[in-house]
Amino acid sequence: MKIRIRGGRVIDPANGVDAETDVYIDGERIVALGRKPPRFTAARDIDAGGRIVCPGFVDLAAHLREPGYEHKATIASELGAAAAGGFTTVCCTPDTAPVVDTPAVVELIHQRARGVRGARVRCIGALTHGLGGEVLAEMQALKNIGCVAVSNVGRPIRDTNVLRNALAYASTLGLTVLLEAEDPWLGARGVMHEGATSTRIGLAGIPAAAETIGLARDLVLLGETGARAHFRTLSCAQAVSYLRDARKRGLHVSADVGIAHLHLVDEDIANHDAHYHVRPPLRSTRDRDALRRALARRQLDALTAHHQPHDADAKAGPFGASAPGISGFDTFLPLALELVEAGAIELAALVDACAVAPARILDLPAGTLGLGAVADVCVFDPAACWTASPATLLSQGHNTPFMGRELRGRVTHTIVGGRLVHALDD
Amino acid sequence: MAATPIQLDEHGRLRHFLTIENLPRELLVEILDHAERFTVVGDRAVKKVPLLRGRTVVNLFFEPSTRTRTTFELAAKRLSADVMNLNIEASATRKGESLSDTLRTLEAMDTDMFVVRHQDSGAPEFIARQVAPGVSVINAGDGRHAHPTQAMLDVFTIRRHKPAFEDLRVAIVGDITHSRVARSEIHALKILGVPDIRVVGPKTLLPTAIESLGVGVFHDLDEGIAGVDVVIMLRLQQERMQSALLPSGHEYFHTYGLTPARLKRAARDAIVMHPGPINRGVEIDSAVADGHQSVILQQVTHGIAVRMAVMSMVLGSHAQAA
Amino acid sequence: MPKTTDDLDVEALIATMAERLAQRIAARELADPALVGIRTGGVWIAERLRRLLDLDAPLGELDIAFYRDDFSRIGMHPTVAPSTLPFEVEDRNLVLVDDILYTGRTIRAAMNEIFDYGRPRTITLAVLIDRSGRELPIDANVYGTRLRLGADDHVKLLGPDPLRLEFCARRS
Repeated sequence: MKIRIRGGRVIDPANGVDAETDVYIDGERIVALGRKPPRFTAARDIDAGGRIVCPGFVDLAAHLREPGYEHKATIASELGAAAAGGFTTVCCTPDTAPVVDTPAVVELIHQRARGVRGARVRCIGALTHGLGGEVLAEMQALKNIGCVAVSNVGRPIRDTNVLRNALAYASTLGLTVLLEAEDPWLGARGVMHEGATSTRIGLAGIPAAAETIGLARDLVLLGETGARAHFRTLSCAQAVSYLRDARKRGLHVSADVGIAHLHLVDEDIANHDAHYHVRPPLRSTRDRDALRRALARRQLDALTAHHQPHDADAKAGPFGASAPGISGFDTFLPLALELVEAGAIELAALVDACAVAPARILDLPAGTLGLGAVADVCVFDPAACWTASPATLLSQGHNTPFMGRELRGRVTHTIVGGRLVHALDD
Repeated sequence: MAATPIQLDEHGRLRHFLTIENLPRELLVEILDHAERFTVVGDRAVKKVPLLRGRTVVNLFFEPSTRTRTTFELAAKRLSADVMNLNIEASATRKGESLSDTLRTLEAMDTDMFVVRHQDSGAPEFIARQVAPGVSVINAGDGRHAHPTQAMLDVFTIRRHKPAFEDLRVAIVGDITHSRVARSEIHALKILGVPDIRVVGPKTLLPTAIESLGVGVFHDLDEGIAGVDVVIMLRLQQERMQSALLPSGHEYFHTYGLTPARLKRAARDAIVMHPGPINRGVEIDSAVADGHQSVILQQVTHGIAVRMAVMSMVLGSHAQAA
Repeated sequence: MPKTTDDLDVEALIATMAERLAQRIAARELADPALVGIRTGGVWIAERLRRLLDLDAPLGELDIAFYRDDFSRIGMHPTVAPSTLPFEVEDRNLVLVDDILYTGRTIRAAMNEIFDYGRPRTITLAVLIDRSGRELPIDANVYGTRLRLGADDHVKLLGPDPLRLEFCARRS
């Protein structure tokens, strides 16, 4: 299908473009920017006047819950929600049931995603068998079937020797490892950031040191093994500064931050509301401000939705007994634009963090509107106002502390591989 | 962050009793004054008043506690309410049945009040947000968060001996980190205007940034209780005595146990309190626990009157004010 | 019966009560009677009666808040002070004293409370004003005066020093 996106402000940081122009798509590729190619007749003409046109967002690690937890969410529901949130590629985490540690599960996910009108899915394989943290997963097989990275997501490996071997092995295969920095003991009983608020409301704390120590350990092992790694959702200022120092020493490592961590802090956990329960925890205001600065300075590479949909029961209880996680796709764009509005980051840098950087981290052919690139495009109206409500959220998981909030900015069109998968106007 | 507006109704009356934090001073004084009236009931031939006749109180205990449950049960019975005790294994709600499901089942039984003890901080408030209007929830202890009736009976006992809160020095000694009692006591004492509140304990048992609650922090018992009018000793849970927090109950007693000799550091007429049950020879010497400065048994008696006061106030709040 | 309420002298009415009460105590041979005033007006009157009759027994004071039948409509009443009955109630001759006898509900509540202290031998009811409007089968044995008042008429005892009556008619 031939598509023309007309008159929008095109922001394509990978190619240094920020201009009002037209985008031409033919088949699954971008064929022209600005000047109409000869004999091009658009079957679909999208009026993007007053809107932003940018490469589709790439989410580095989202929990799609299928197979195994379909009562929380399904591949179809979440890929649809992702597309409506501006995402064109979603990397799904291996913490399903069964765990993504065999090619069969990867195939199952690919098969379920086929025909879904939504974002493209890429699998992250397990780093250890069953995510058990003891035996290495068959990473070569996972790579062959198409896994873009490996991770022990949700269950950081406690045994340092196992981790070192896992990193060395992944490095042998050229696989990027997604790490979560967390000391397994310091944070073991905690459910929220350790500080004045945890003391006041009587919840067990996770000290910021748990993340920093976990990060420091992992950085040393990365230096030793030469593995390529990416840290998922850093939450505290101290960890960010450790990461910065490691990079200065020449370590090739990247990191992202979750959108909620740029907005919420521990003090927001009023009344033990389980919707604020997320891991790593919401930290102090000082940490949040440091994360914002680090993202703007591109010391934190990517911004993610940290999407973790849950069923209502998972949050129907007191904070400590609830499952951690926030459903992030639906509110991602308006919350990210709030950062621009607040002067915390430039729009082009934001697009870089949402699309260009994550694609680069996992070597995905995405994050660009360059000629000949796969046409993964997001068109959004930065001024559109809407309210997060059970009726407006597309994710099956309605677990968000932003429920009921007035939001500004909405994706109007999402194109994945030249196919229009989301159109708000229709 | 405004904590828990849910426990007051639009007229400022106590609808639920979940935490002491952010309650107005007058309300705490009202509880104490009502409790004063109820203490008399316990001295009579018939220790019952017909105030809550025909009402149903459910003691919903997700965490075992015979002592607390018994005093709530006695308080409800002295108010002529019907009482049902439900001890729910924590595992039953953790697996499968959600807390909301449990509640829906119980609501079908036409309950007027839930007295809730739960191992998770915030559980009573979660329940209070779920129940039908007209149903009250009283927190009988949640996680490390709050134990408001215990704190009220403690300040009631203090007021009986030392009515001038604005001149008081109070030391709370022991495991503050895991103590909901300490948190509620600190809030109550602060609201009632006690100018000098201290917490005393090893760094392993004092939570991060405890000074943000407006208390003085001491690691030395002798310094911490010097000149104080009230010493509140907290119970040291068995599982913490030999752990990464403390080497032994024996060593704890030597460093933080209250003995007659150490009590001399406090004001001459200082009173000694303990929420019970006591570990003799761990946090407190028997000679102190049974000594003339101890008001530990009075605390138990006052607990019934204070709970009667709170129960009648929260149920009274549902009256359609004429 | 006085034509206007201004004619009512409270101290004179109490003197009348004392006289009638003394007669009744003598006629019924009520040995060692104890006075129990209902807070707050009844206590003021009971204090004066005790002086006038020169009784030995200490004064009992009842706070009937816990026995009222309007809890579900009104909730908790503001705190005054707890009840004190500083004598053995069991087998005692009691004189229950209140300011205004109107619906009878207060007396019902007071008697319920007294029985939770013990089983008295007799209870005599003495009131300053016995007004119309009874809703329960309760009658005063001794009264200062009787008034026929409409449902919208209200009378209230103010005190403690001096004691005086306040009347108001709430008519729409």
